[in-house]
Amino acid sequence: MHGSGPEAVFRAALREGRFLIQRCEACGAHIFPPRLLCPRCEADGPVFLEPSGSGTVYSVTIVRRRGGEDDNVVLVDLEEGARVMSRVVGIDHENVRIGMQVQGFVGEIDGRPALLFRPVAEEGS
Amino acid sequence: MSRELRGRAAIVGVAQNRIGEAPGWEAIEILAEAARLALADAGLSLREVDGLFTCSSFHYMPTLTVAEYLGIRPRFREGTVIGGSSFVHYLLPALLALESGQCEVALICYGSNQRSAGGRLATMSEPQPFEAPYGPRYPISSYALAAARHMHEYGTTREQLAEVAVAARQWAMRNPEAFRREPLTIEEVLASPMVSDPLSVRDCCLVTDGGGAVVLVRAERAADHPKPPVYLLGCATAHWHRGILQMPDLTVTAATESGRRAFAMAGLGPDEMDVVELYDAFTINTILFLEDLGFCPKGEGGRFVEGGAIAPGGRLPVNTNGGGLSCVHPGMYGIFLVIEAVRQLRGEAGDRQIEGAETALVHGNGGVLSSQSTAVLGTAAVL
Repeated sequence: MHGSGPEAVFRAALREGRFLIQRCEACGAHIFPPRLLCPRCEADGPVFLEPSGSGTVYSVTIVRRRGGEDDNVVLVDLEEGARVMSRVVGIDHENVRIGMQVQGFVGEIDGRPALLFRPVAEEGS
Repeated sequence: MSRELRGRAAIVGVAQNRIGEAPGWEAIEILAEAARLALADAGLSLREVDGLFTCSSFHYMPTLTVAEYLGIRPRFREGTVIGGSSFVHYLLPALLALESGQCEVALICYGSNQRSAGGRLATMSEPQPFEAPYGPRYPISSYALAAARHMHEYGTTREQLAEVAVAARQWAMRNPEAFRREPLTIEEVLASPMVSDPLSVRDCCLVTDGGGAVVLVRAERAADHPKPPVYLLGCATAHWHRGILQMPDLTVTAATESGRRAFAMAGLGPDEMDVVELYDAFTINTILFLEDLGFCPKGEGGRFVEGGAIAPGGRLPVNTNGGGLSCVHPGMYGIFLVIEAVRQLRGEAGDRQIEGAETALVHGNGGVLSSQSTAVLGTAAVL
């Protein structure tokens, strides 16, 4: 990957089915979207890592589409700390709740690889 | 430290035009008409303008296009685009340019035909690569995410959001220039179709045509113009993010910073504001800005607006022209906030006039709660 910027590294991994965030080795911040410098402490070269995929829905909206399928759009806080925008699948849009535990995976949107989330089954259910 | 700039420039001309629908008019034509009217209001001519402050969703190099069209050769220009707040932001570079002698007459101007040209928000905004694949509608879904989080953390309700829309409409009903003047109830807002939950059609600003312009000069010559000067007492801009994904806390905007700095420059606080004009692109904005500018504690904005508290006759007059929700919103609304505040401080606001208004808070928002520009204006009585 020498000779590529961080975004190309990120996109190449996503094409291989791996979703990456970065970690600043100087201050420990977890970073997304991919950056050249740590936005918190200015350190060079945050390193890529594959997060656990476990996260919590920070906020949600349902985008209503005329004559088409509605979509939910969520912001998810990954357990490592970085926040991503995504979609929760396998559940009715109206049932996606703030605070819900979700698990990320690389799926597809319109034929392109994309990070998506599924609800984590609650204990006892 | 910026206290020395307090009151050093004054607004001596304002105008707005083609509010609502202006079929057959180009954006630049609406802008030029607004500029002409505002300069006439100030007793000035275009030839005297040597500072130009403008941007739009129509012109890639806006200050060049506008100067060429108006036939002027400004010594100073500023066309920074930070969204709809740009025109509140321009008050600061206009003040600095006037005070440092870089210009003598500063013209801030805007014109848009977005309703007649397409009927939807005109934007040159590029897609956000880490958001766009998920299909958020720009910009409303970002505001909807903020509203949903505010409701989750503070118990804010859709009824409280609807109060904001109803209050704006009640002000608009007193303003003959406002685009939407028919009565509106909380029930009608709640029953209107969802666009991006929890925001419905009636939680959204209008899509209109319209132009506006504001003329500033240095304070020492402000009294030489026909209308009573309105002094710029404080102004500041802050921004912490571009896309909603990078907004650290969706319930706290950079208005906390811009407001604090603008009030400090003015030597005044929220309790001393007679009139408040807040950029209400969506109903959640008004609630967030009332909190972030210090009119109520964080989380209390929903309860603050209940019971007609910001409507005519309420405890705090907010968005007295009817706002972006019911008066005018031609893509970028910022300049109309300034114009309404000036009209109130001049006593020109007719049936919606706040008696004895001497101070006004103007707050512009841009992007997706991204840029925040606050200004404090006042009459000669509070200089």
